[in-house]
Amino acid sequence: MLEIRGLSKIFGGLRALDGASLDVAEGTIAGLIGPNGAGKTTLFAALTGFLVPDEGSVRLRDEDITGRPPHLICRRGMVRTFQITQPFAHLSVRENIMVGAYLHTPDRALASARAEAIAQQVGMAELLERTASGLTLAGRKRLELARALATQPRLLLLDEVMAGLNPPEIDELIPVIQGIRTSGVTVFLIEHVMQAVMSLAENVYVLSYGKIIAQGAPRQLAADPIVIEAYLGHGAAKRMAASAHA
Amino acid sequence: MDATILGAAVINGLLLGGSYALVAVGLTLIYGVLHIINFAHGSLLMLAMYGAYYLLVKAHIDPYAAIPLMVVAMFAAGYVLYRGLIGRFSHGKDENILLITLGLSIVLENVALFFFKGDSQTITVSYSDRMVALGPALVPLPKLVSFAASLVLCAALAWFIARTETGRAIRAVAKERQGARLVGIDVEKIFAVSYGIGIACLGAAACLLIPSFYVSPSVGNLFVIVAFTIVVLGGMGSFAGALVGALIIGLTESLSGLFLGEALGQIGISLIFILILLFRPTGIFNK
Amino acid sequence: MNWKIPAALLAAALAYPFIFRSNFAINFGVLVLFYALIGQAWNIAGGYAGQLSFGHAVFFGTGAYCSTILQLKLGWNPWPGLAAAAGAGALVGALIAALSFRFGLRGSYFALITLAFAEVFRILTNAVEFTGGGLGLLIPLKRGAANFQFAERIGFYYAILALAALSIGIAIWLKRSRFGAQLAAIRENEDAARALGIDTYREKVKVMALSGALCALGGSFYAQYYLYIDPTVVFGLDKSAEMLLVAMIGGTGTVYGPLIGSLLLTLVGEVTRANTEAQGLSLIIYGSLLILIIGFLPNGLVELFKLRWRRKARA
Repeated sequence: MLEIRGLSKIFGGLRALDGASLDVAEGTIAGLIGPNGAGKTTLFAALTGFLVPDEGSVRLRDEDITGRPPHLICRRGMVRTFQITQPFAHLSVRENIMVGAYLHTPDRALASARAEAIAQQVGMAELLERTASGLTLAGRKRLELARALATQPRLLLLDEVMAGLNPPEIDELIPVIQGIRTSGVTVFLIEHVMQAVMSLAENVYVLSYGKIIAQGAPRQLAADPIVIEAYLGHGAAKRMAASAHA
Repeated sequence: MDATILGAAVINGLLLGGSYALVAVGLTLIYGVLHIINFAHGSLLMLAMYGAYYLLVKAHIDPYAAIPLMVVAMFAAGYVLYRGLIGRFSHGKDENILLITLGLSIVLENVALFFFKGDSQTITVSYSDRMVALGPALVPLPKLVSFAASLVLCAALAWFIARTETGRAIRAVAKERQGARLVGIDVEKIFAVSYGIGIACLGAAACLLIPSFYVSPSVGNLFVIVAFTIVVLGGMGSFAGALVGALIIGLTESLSGLFLGEALGQIGISLIFILILLFRPTGIFNK
Repeated sequence: MNWKIPAALLAAALAYPFIFRSNFAINFGVLVLFYALIGQAWNIAGGYAGQLSFGHAVFFGTGAYCSTILQLKLGWNPWPGLAAAAGAGALVGALIAALSFRFGLRGSYFALITLAFAEVFRILTNAVEFTGGGLGLLIPLKRGAANFQFAERIGFYYAILALAALSIGIAIWLKRSRFGAQLAAIRENEDAARALGIDTYREKVKVMALSGALCALGGSFYAQYYLYIDPTVVFGLDKSAEMLLVAMIGGTGTVYGPLIGSLLLTLVGEVTRANTEAQGLSLIIYGSLLILIIGFLPNGLVELFKLRWRRKARA
């Protein structure tokens, strides 16, 4: 589905992405984790055309899309959500989702019907006529998801859709994302909430200082010393092991 | 082309640039540093010019002697305008500030029209007509004075921003609004003070311009696009940039007037403005 | 969709000249519809798509000069001239938008560059002999509907009614179409719009062309109504400000805002003109209204009507 090879993005000498390579297989949920500032959001931006990568290539369904503008990438079937939610604040939830649905149909009634179906799917059917600016954070996160889904993507990139939600809200959202995968959409998500990563992703990549430093099943990675050190600093794995034995 | 005519045009252009600099330095503080687009700059200048005019006509205060008075009065006007109107009504949106200051300029210009009627007024002081030979050109003394004053004003503002406590606060707010708030700076107050200082510059500019210029309700319009062009050309919030930008614009106007004729000559400024906005919106002196 | 409101408005507008027959009343109607047209033209770019413009006079003047020059220099009939004016307005709109948006200008910067373009056009027409220079152009009197110079004012009334109705029709269509939804998305959040597959550059160029065309229709009508144009009047900042005021005061991004704004401003204009010698009093009121609207009623006067409807609906 998605092939990233040697992707780099340099900001004034700083390599925010440094030769990152990874694959996302069709029909899976893949995760991307890493400490703050590792370059996760930069990677998403470089994939979706919001940033033009300095090196490397991005292939989506065997087509080179490196450096294409965002709207074309969206039309090719890859859509992103934003970590900091970006609602169309003065429009209703329905109108927000319809903007996404209009990508494939000029018909208002059809777009409206799709918006309703998708609102149902993500659990915001009751909020359809609400103005987006009045939604709670959990509501806005769902709206991000709904709008992106409305473009009928093949690959959905979710940038921390769980961040800031409380545990019951997270529990509600997890089956929604599983349902999206079941419906045939591949999912690639950035997540800080480990509970979500553990229960959703089959394959997880770890990004640190712009490089992919590990990949594997989530349980396996949680015990990987390289990953622990990336999060907690040099020597942390040893200390943890020592304290576990003590 | 006769070298004398060209030389005279260059000198006149530079002097014109000096007048423009007077108007533009205040704008560069407001626009460049705080990113407020003050569309009412021209009409506030007009107001200050009427102030200087009536101080002379009614109270017999020489325009140059009136500078301190006008600076204080215009500072107060700017501060109050920002506190009472612009800051409060804009809901923190840049575009609203632009629209409010547009509304303000419409109101001020037409209030002036209501009270002062549409005719242009000029003043006569003993030194109005005194000419000074400057190379190939004979220039009116007041223009030379305002040119020198524009240098002083730019230097004074640069010093103020760089060296004083208020200046430091203004720079902090300009650079990092949230951060400034966190370290306890009253951001709204600094905005109002900066706006006040920017408008205070117009008080000085008005007193310096009026001996060699005229005043009418629409006089500010002459300066609006010009001042924005200078500020954008000179770079955000750079006083030296504003000065150099003003001289470039003065020269451009004078020379394009010479080569293209009076009517078409004005096009140079608008074209420069468009090109700068398109290609170097941070100004030609900024990297 | 509720078709009652536009149908009732159209019926009232069609009947108006039969109820109020005086020249003054017809002229008043013409002015209201004229400002509603150019206010709507501004609103489609500034309100629907959120692209604030301070220089819409550039389209107005383009339309006025286009049809007038075609008449005077090439002997065109003003009716096809009107269509040509719309084309020229669309072209200028698309060109200015293409340049500005290609270089990423947004918000206040876009407002300033449109102002500068209007200035360039004003200075050019003022300086060039071909356009009559500062003296402007006079259209010779040849009364007759075929020449777009109606013998009776009522002819002009129905002509401007057709144009204003067209602009309102377009505004209604935008509320219900994909293009309009995409413009709203661009206004609200351009990055999110791009992420959802909208070619924001293209849509912005399209809307400026549409807005420019409508505005140019207003300019061409103006030339025929007054039979005289000059650079300062048709390209000046005052004209740009008038359109902006009409839309802002009535309510940006709404279908009927410009009409309400136009009705109010024309009324204020006529009342002050009738009752005082003072110049500029109406503009003082407009400017103050603009400031008050931004401060207290950001969605314009149309909001007052909506509140009443909502209250009625609830009662």
